[in-house]
Amino acid sequence: MAEKRLHRRAALKTLLAGRSDWLIVSGLGSPSWDLFSLGDRPDNFYLWGGMGAAAVTGLGLALAQPKRRVVVVTGDGEMLMGMGSLATIALARPANLAVVVLDNELYGETGQQKTHTGGPTQLAAVARAAGFPTAMDAVTEADLAALAAAIATGAGPVFGNVKVQADPGPTAYPPRDGQYLKTRFRVALLGEAGAQKVYQ
Amino acid sequence: MVETWHAAAFRRLKAADITVVGYVPDAGLKNLIADCQADNGMRTVALTTEEEGVGLAAGAWLGGARSALLMQSSGVGNIVNTLASITQACRFPLLVIATMRGDWGETNPWQVPMGQAVEPILKTLGAIVYRVTDAAQADGAIEAALRMAYASGEVAAVLIDQRVVGSKVFAGGDARG
Repeated sequence: MAEKRLHRRAALKTLLAGRSDWLIVSGLGSPSWDLFSLGDRPDNFYLWGGMGAAAVTGLGLALAQPKRRVVVVTGDGEMLMGMGSLATIALARPANLAVVVLDNELYGETGQQKTHTGGPTQLAAVARAAGFPTAMDAVTEADLAALAAAIATGAGPVFGNVKVQADPGPTAYPPRDGQYLKTRFRVALLGEAGAQKVYQ
Repeated sequence: MVETWHAAAFRRLKAADITVVGYVPDAGLKNLIADCQADNGMRTVALTTEEEGVGLAAGAWLGGARSALLMQSSGVGNIVNTLASITQACRFPLLVIATMRGDWGETNPWQVPMGQAVEPILKTLGAIVYRVTDAAQADGAIEAALRMAYASGEVAAVLIDQRVVGSKVFAGGDARG
């Protein structure tokens, strides 16, 4: 029997240990619960819907804020639905963006059905072939440390696929009001005046 | 000389400080995409599918940037869930410029069902739709849509009719793509 798989929350904690002013977008389902479980912050944007769009939401944010590091945390099912966005991100080549997949090989919110990553599909290889300059698999603690270093200091876009166990951890639901999450994020990032600026 | 629809659109986008432009190409958008690509203040993003542009726009807005999403009208079919589940659930602003197919003078029957569904789908999703049937209307429509998106915070879509961009005719030996 191989070494027990990494736990998604401990792995995420390790990956975000270097966070100071990083802006984080999380994909719907467990990745949003995971990010919230590490401590709520206004510069976390938790998606509760829009499956497939987490990585490109991070791309838009990274292009708008080129001086800030942007990290997308999502799951394998969500990333599979937005696989074309890996080509879009690779072409746009934002140096400040990292996309991390917590890959449990399951659709965790819908009854633990197996995803394609439990079969033949390897998302880091897909990202590499799509053109990501850095695309890493993380299975061991040593892999995780290397990925954490790439996220913190590497020239992006960085892609990391972390193989995690099925256990989702204790229930931890972030606020679910999308307007609130959007506005508090913008106020935290842009200030009151910046967030209220309108076109005229 | 009368300003082309795409020159008016580009001028309005520029004046409104649109800095991120996601697009899936269409023949009707060729000039507007080229103008945006040539502009140092605009970051154009080639998308593999239009729905990516909806997430892109939401992310740009989180970061304080205004964006535009350019597509052929068939792309409206691809953006539905992301538009409903992110843009409208969070009340993100969004500006879409779509060049029509499957409508006025269409000669490809495969385009017609989606073309006819574009406006009802957008309206069902709560978008505000302006249709440009004459190039002279483009300036006013783009400006109105910019205000609707970036002052009122709505989803605004400007549909550029085939009376403006032209209707592709598939005649024998016509190799236009």
